Amino acid sequence: MIKIGGRRVPMRELSPEERIKNFSSVPLGYTEAEAVREAQRCLQCRGVPCEVYCPIHLRVLDMIRAIAARRFQEAFFIIQADNPLPAITGRVCPQESQCEGVCPLAQDGRGLNIGKLEAFVADWARARGLREKLQIKERPQRVAVIGSGPAGLICAYDLRRWGYQVVVFEALHKAGGVLQYGIPAFRLPTEVVDYEISYLQEIGVEFRLNFFVGQNIPFAELRRDFAAIFIGTGAGAPLFLGIEGENLKGVYSANEFLIRVNLMKAYRFLEYDTPIICGRRVGVIGAGNVAMDAARCARRLGAEEVYILYRRTRKESPARDEEIQHALEEGIIWMELVAPRRFLGDEKGWCRGVELVRMRLGEPDSSGRPRPLPIEGSEFVLELETVIEALGTTPNRLFLKQAPELAVNRWGLIQVDDNLQTNLPGVFAGGDAIRGNATVILALGDGRKAAAAIHRQLSEAER
Amino acid sequence: MKARIIERRQLCPEIYLYKIEAPHVAERFRPGQFVIIQTHEKGERIPLTVAEAQPEKGIISLVFQVVGKSTLHLSLLQKGQYLENCVGPLGNPSEIRRFGRVVCVGGGTGIACLWPILKALKAVGNEVLTIIGARTAERLILVEEIRQASSQVFITTDDGSQGEKGLVTDVLARWINSPAGASSPAIDRVIAIGPAPMMKKVAEVTRPQRIKTIVSLNTIMVDGTGMCGSCRVFLGQTMKLACIDGPEFDAHRVNFDDVISRLEMFRQKEKLALETYRRQLAAQREGLAPKELHPKRLSSD
Ligand SMILES: Cc1cc2nc3c(=O)[nH]c(=O)nc-3n(C[C@H](O)[C@H](O)[C@H](O)COP(=O)(O)OP(=O)(O)OC[C@H]3O[C@@H](n4cnc5c(N)ncnc54)[C@H](O)[C@@H]3O)c2cc1C
Ligand SMILES: Cc1cc2nc3c(=O)[nH]c(=O)nc-3n(C[C@H](O)[C@H](O)[C@H](O)COP(=O)(O)OP(=O)(O)OC[C@H]3O[C@@H](n4cnc5c(N)ncnc54)[C@H](O)[C@@H]3O)c2cc1C
Ligand code: SF4
Ligand code: SF4
Ligand code: FES
Repeated sequence: MIKIGGRRVPMRELSPEERIKNFSSVPLGYTEAEAVREAQRCLQCRGVPCEVYCPIHLRVLDMIRAIAARRFQEAFFIIQADNPLPAITGRVCPQESQCEGVCPLAQDGRGLNIGKLEAFVADWARARGLREKLQIKERPQRVAVIGSGPAGLICAYDLRRWGYQVVVFEALHKAGGVLQYGIPAFRLPTEVVDYEISYLQEIGVEFRLNFFVGQNIPFAELRRDFAAIFIGTGAGAPLFLGIEGENLKGVYSANEFLIRVNLMKAYRFLEYDTPIICGRRVGVIGAGNVAMDAARCARRLGAEEVYILYRRTRKESPARDEEIQHALEEGIIWMELVAPRRFLGDEKGWCRGVELVRMRLGEPDSSGRPRPLPIEGSEFVLELETVIEALGTTPNRLFLKQAPELAVNRWGLIQVDDNLQTNLPGVFAGGDAIRGNATVILALGDGRKAAAAIHRQLSEAER
Repeated sequence: MKARIIERRQLCPEIYLYKIEAPHVAERFRPGQFVIIQTHEKGERIPLTVAEAQPEKGIISLVFQVVGKSTLHLSLLQKGQYLENCVGPLGNPSEIRRFGRVVCVGGGTGIACLWPILKALKAVGNEVLTIIGARTAERLILVEEIRQASSQVFITTDDGSQGEKGLVTDVLARWINSPAGASSPAIDRVIAIGPAPMMKKVAEVTRPQRIKTIVSLNTIMVDGTGMCGSCRVFLGQTMKLACIDGPEFDAHRVNFDDVISRLEMFRQKEKLALETYRRQLAAQREGLAPKELHPKRLSSD
């Protein structure tokens, strides 16, 4: 007997008091019984809006039906066929503005808990070491993938399944892109990312870590040695405010802060060698996912007062709902309609505070959000020991400098056609490298689309 | 990618020269560039300048001074052991052209960083006058190599145990300011590599005469590819990233006080790491702790 409608089966979570002491996953995941109950609420809508609004149109309904019938393995293979990284998307997609947002069960803007069900089946399969057994028919052509973020990973996966010899080049010493160095372990446990990457290695994708293409190996050499190239280099270069005091000790870009914490594991300092200095009072500038992650990391590093300093209001924040909710539960202080004017330091060059000006909202700007305008004369000082600037990032200019033949637009985003091909034949690009700061799921969609285009091009060439 | 140590030499009490197998770095290296290494899986990523490359053998040389936990751990690795990771070459190569008369100033391990640059400058026909200095004669490194690569070499030590007693900048100032210096051919360019305070002093000495002066900044780095911003330096009001815009900059535009200040950012933690590691090493020597502090990683590669 299938019960439909009703309220969301609540997700069990670590309590805020517990979780600010460690970097363990905050959501504890559904049990089998909980997942079944949640799946059984599905109305099986005609037109399946959740699938329509999933950027890669996963077969959500089939997955839900299989879970409701306790056929977890089947559910896993349904979802895995279209998305090799469900454990990741289930955790980080902005579901409230995609699949869950359009679900008629939504009472508070969030419908059936599709993300958590996706993560559930993926975790269920991981716990059992369940993986698709591929029969790979080898092809001789070699394809290079530059960057091992979600776009590069899925592109490599698809191409390898079709039998290509795939080499992934990654500048850092660990693969995964933002999944590895940016998103903290309490949201996306490191072992989840490592597991997915080990699967790619298992099926024969070669990873060349510590290779920055352009700098350590010429882009031209790749073009000579590979039949096709996919560029998934992301948009990893931090933006700075460019205001007085940015040179002070205690002022970080969110990227530096998160790379130290996540990639280098500075939260386990002394076991790991990379240090981080996080003061008692911390201000994070910005209010996107990156800002929430940085603020929540700071809290876990022992900061007592952590402020989100945002020039607009909560309504305009691009962060996922769940992230904002979790941040507030953890005691993070939301201060909106303020903008930094300068950072103040002491005689030893350490940050001691920020001068903020109050803002008001004006007419909508190019992003469609109301433009924040300063209220002159409203300046005040907030004492802080640590400042983290989470203003967004841009594409890495080092790569673009070393590959000047690539056409880019004025924001440094690589230009592509409908097939994600760049101005250079056989060279494709996707993810944040063509979109700027976007999302994991869009990067996955691009990587998949580019892989299909590469496959078409190379198999046509064969004939 | 792991990189094997194939030669390990102690140059003086705290400075070592390692030859490392890193073929793709050796092949691409140009003077002025550096690598970022990690000595073990849980280690820090630290930048070290490539002092010499032998592309035909796939080998690079690194010269480093023991200052903290990472460099201490590195100094304890033996021939045949591996660095966990080595990425490079990073940074922009030095500008190598025929300038005329070039004065190169090196202090401490900066002498090793200068070495490939000197060779390249001399090879294109510059007159290369080199001033190197250290606290004591014992701490001077690569003197023979530098001699061979330069037209003339001047040595200073703080205590006068070799060469002239004093600082490298004293000699430089004398050359620039002496009446004899004024009559002899002018200095076309100065290149200084060493501790930040030394480079700052060099900039001050050459500024009045507007002698083009280049320094190589040793900021704190993490990724070395422009992703974190920890290596940011200020040239006037303009922010630059030492890893991808440098490491060499026009000394007269660099805000050295910021550079020096930011190098201290993690000092308190670095001290703690070093002390903890020293205690672990002592315990190990007394047989109180397992020998392998950094267990071999369950490698997948
Ligand atoms: C802190 C943080 C939190 C986020 N949270 C979310 C979230 O909750 N949900 C969501 O959907 N999105 C989130 N995002 C955005 C999302 O992570 C990105 O949109 C996505 O990772 C982009 O994927 P990508 O494959 O294009 O590039 P990236 O993940 O950026 O990976 C690019 C990789 O390429 C490497 N690289 C770059 N240049 C070179 C080169 N020349 N040679 C070799 N390697 C190179 C880089 O080192 C990097 O590993 C977040 C981003 C950040 C920073
Ligand atoms: C481009 C570049 C090239 C370099 N080349 C060389 C080289 O060829 N040989 C060499 O011995 N060193 C070189 N350095 C400096 C070297 O990276 C540091 O000495 C090293 O990171 C210290 O690591 P540690 O863990 O042993 O010491 P830490 O514990 O990190 O630091 C100990 C002390 O050293 C200072 N320090 C920390 N990081 C740096 C740094 N990046 N530069 C200078 N001082 C620092 C700190 O203020 C601290 O007081 C270079 C630095 C850069 C940026
Ligand atoms: S991939 Fe993202 S948008 Fe698509 S169904 Fe899963 S959680 Fe929803
Ligand atoms: S929109 Fe919601 S209720 Fe409708 S099919 Fe999708 S998950 Fe089920
Ligand atoms: S070291 Fe990270 S930007 Fe230069």
